[in-house]
Amino acid sequence: MNLTLYVWRQKNADDKGRMEKYPAKNISSHMSFLEMLDVVNEDLIEQGVEPIAFDHDCREGICGMCSLVVNGRPHGPEKATTICQLHMRHFSDGDVIYIEPWRAKAFPVIKDLVVDRSAIDRIMAAGGFVSINTGGVPDANAIPISKTDADTAMDAAACIGCGACVAACKNASGMLFVAAKVSQFAHLPQGKVEASQRVRAMIDQMDIEGFGNCTNFQECEAACPKEISIKFIAKMNREYLKSSMAPTKG
Amino acid sequence: MKLDAKVPSGPLADKWTKHKFESKLVNPANKRKYSAIVVGSGLAGASAAASLAELGYEVSCFCFQDSPRRAHSISAQGGINAAKNYQNDGDSVYRLFYDTIKGGDFRSREANTYRLAEVSVNIIDQCVAQGVPFARDYGGLLDNRSFGGAQVSRTFYARGQTGQQLLLGAYSALSRQIGLGKVKMYNRAEMLDLVVVDGRTRGIVVRDLVSGKISSFAADAVLLATGGYGNVFYLSTNAKACNVTAIYRAYKRGALFANPCYMQIHPTCIPVTGDYQSKLTLMSESLRNDGRIWAPKKQGEDRAPGDIPENERDYFLERKYPSFGNLAPRDISSRSAQEVCNEGRGVGETKVGVYLDFADAINRLGKDVITERYGNLFDMYERITGEDPYTVPMRIYPASHYTMGGLWVDYNLESTIPGLFVLGEANFSDHGANRLGASALMQGLADGYFVIPYTLGDFYARSGQSGISTDHEAFKQTEREAVERQEKLLSINGKRTVDSFHREVGKIMWDNCGMSRNEAGLKKALETIPPIREEFWENVKVLGDNDEFNQSLEKAGRVADFLEFAEIMCHDALDREESCGAHFREEYQTEEGEAKRNDKKYTYVAAWEYNGVGKKPNLHKEELEFENVELATRSYK
Ligand SMILES: Cc1cc2nc3c(=O)[nH]c(=O)nc-3n(C[C@H](O)[C@H](O)[C@H](O)COP(=O)(O)OP(=O)(O)OC[C@H]3O[C@@H](n4cnc5c(N)ncnc54)[C@H](O)[C@@H]3O)c2cc1C
Ligand code: FES
Repeated sequence: MNLTLYVWRQKNADDKGRMEKYPAKNISSHMSFLEMLDVVNEDLIEQGVEPIAFDHDCREGICGMCSLVVNGRPHGPEKATTICQLHMRHFSDGDVIYIEPWRAKAFPVIKDLVVDRSAIDRIMAAGGFVSINTGGVPDANAIPISKTDADTAMDAAACIGCGACVAACKNASGMLFVAAKVSQFAHLPQGKVEASQRVRAMIDQMDIEGFGNCTNFQECEAACPKEISIKFIAKMNREYLKSSMAPTKG
Repeated sequence: MKLDAKVPSGPLADKWTKHKFESKLVNPANKRKYSAIVVGSGLAGASAAASLAELGYEVSCFCFQDSPRRAHSISAQGGINAAKNYQNDGDSVYRLFYDTIKGGDFRSREANTYRLAEVSVNIIDQCVAQGVPFARDYGGLLDNRSFGGAQVSRTFYARGQTGQQLLLGAYSALSRQIGLGKVKMYNRAEMLDLVVVDGRTRGIVVRDLVSGKISSFAADAVLLATGGYGNVFYLSTNAKACNVTAIYRAYKRGALFANPCYMQIHPTCIPVTGDYQSKLTLMSESLRNDGRIWAPKKQGEDRAPGDIPENERDYFLERKYPSFGNLAPRDISSRSAQEVCNEGRGVGETKVGVYLDFADAINRLGKDVITERYGNLFDMYERITGEDPYTVPMRIYPASHYTMGGLWVDYNLESTIPGLFVLGEANFSDHGANRLGASALMQGLADGYFVIPYTLGDFYARSGQSGISTDHEAFKQTEREAVERQEKLLSINGKRTVDSFHREVGKIMWDNCGMSRNEAGLKKALETIPPIREEFWENVKVLGDNDEFNQSLEKAGRVADFLEFAEIMCHDALDREESCGAHFREEYQTEEGEAKRNDKKYTYVAAWEYNGVGKKPNLHKEELEFENVELATRSYK
């Protein structure tokens, strides 16, 4: 099939950026979306045009590196699918496709479709962990954990940290990401010990980074390639409330 | 050069305890005076960086992705082994050790492998304490599954995302240290070279991938945890950016490269569909617990799988290896699939593939159980192929997956350059000629959490600080060389893209140094690679500049190294005139087509020393001594 692409090109963080039009010719329906971009890039290089920069690595939907807004939707049209896992059979000959980067204050553009998501790392460094050192921990089966809790923790832990939730949100809120991490730990006895400090520290950092607030539009859940549920935001809010009632540390 | 593996004396089971006791310690107050550079933030790198920082050392950590959480370890699906014997099915440290040695076809070092099995139990404890949500049963205890090459259930898992959960655990420990200011993390930073002065490692030269700036970092020790080089084949299950550069550069600076030809092919990947294909997707081996592998008996069969009656199907693994069946080790399963396709019995449009069928399991256990076990893998398969594996059998074919070879290290994980340590898939240490499923995650975390914290302390205590800063001429010189290389790549302005070269060399490697090898093919590869490399340096087209974010330039540097490294793999494969584990030399097989080892001549680790680009490297041998296990013929019948 033959397609027309409109792609966001921006030389660097200081450049204003613009949409450019490129043809994508002889695209097979078996290709992945990123393979289609590879083909376009090979053509561009041969014509002496700098290839389109985009982030990707595993191409299996798990590393969270790929991050394209396709036709206005983070990760494109398919539900529960990262853009690296989207195949061209979902498009038809003659389609026009718009490709843009994640747009959010907390995610400045580095080049073309590549953005800086280090804010996510800083939120994790503020509290996304259990404070234990290597060694000296109890036997793994010493504390039984109900299957329901373990499964719920896993549902939350499935987040790949791609930032699609932020890109989808009108307010560019990072709530779903933070809620997933907070909830994973809050469902496990190992994580409960410092649940209060964690939720406060992570939310404080989120505010510092310039993510917006959650006003319940639920766009994040719809865009999430791992279908992380917004019920975790409710869980986080409860944790946050609990923490504000808990005695604060000296 | 005499290779000293520094294996401690004494009985196998006591070696590590004794060694830890005999290791020198660094006084807690002095630890902050010692610095370590950790290159890589996968399981091995993140666990090492976090653990060393917790001890008080000054750590900096580098990765080329935009976050440490995205290291390739994230994509491991199936699970991690540990000799917990929670299932009461006869597992033990000794059994895991034995299975690993046997699985590696008696080409690994006993003492390392035993230590790996020994610390495996601590890993699971550590991960649970970090909040890793492993699968549990209804009683709230940890669940296990079986993996290829084992007859006990010792594999721990977190749905089909075990690597993700383990890495996020290690990443959270690392994040904590970053937050505390104990680890300085450099994302989107690529190590381009190693700096060695007076025979000791002094630091690295790094390119900031956003600004393009090339600069130096000095430390008292450098740890490479940079993963495997499976992408030498272009198509592999590895993430796109996985490469050989860090360890290859260290090799060029004097570290020996061990067993480069030991390269694991994974039996269950989604088959190739076309030339544009950019990578191969693995379907976790855990699927072989419930899926049955088969091909039609008839050549050129064109009926749909559902229309082929039972008696016209060949469940070839069950037929050939009745006691292990579909769980036969990876190399055996892969070669069997290749044979079937070579016989003209392959399936799918390209006829390069075999079926992995869940119909029986769904009948026996119900669809819900299968969904619970493999739901996300089934979804992934459907997304890629457009076929529903609940109703149509999956099609699978082997692909390049894991590299057992890597930089040579001694028992302390130290390479032949003092102060340079190598961890995880980047070293050669524990898996011999073939790795068992679910053992790479185990090894990465063993190295990082439980081995390096002891052996690095001993190194510091014995060798003291490096005392050489980045002002030293050697750093300046190495930086200049790195800059010149980038400029050279940008100035060629030829006609071919970087990927086109990578594909070309990858295909030569797959055809001649892949699943099976022979002398003629390897010699042919050694003749064809140098002209491609020459053409690369005359005709590659890399656009843009060095002082900006430039993905083509990154790729070009990596492919340039693959183009040199590929030859070393071929030399190693040519030298090893036997078949062992994943290394199958067609000349050396039994009448039934099984691998035939030559223990008299080849029970050595082949460690190669750099000798100039395009020249045959010098071979050094570490003779392997087996004091505890008997060298048996590997049989999975
Ligand atoms: C699809 C797939 C599934 C797998 N499933 C399993 C499984 O179920 N069980 C199992 O045990 N094993 C599995 N494996 C193998 C296992 O995942 C890997 O062997 C292991 O995770 C490697 O970990 P590592 O820490 O050594 O390296 P990696 O995770 O590859 O990390 C390498 C790190 O080094 C950095 N790096 C590399 N070069 C440079 C450089 N020049 N400069 C700066 N940074 C650099 C990267 O940024 C990255 O952070 C699987 C592998 C694949 C491909
Ligand atoms: S490239 Fe890894 S999730 Fe898309």
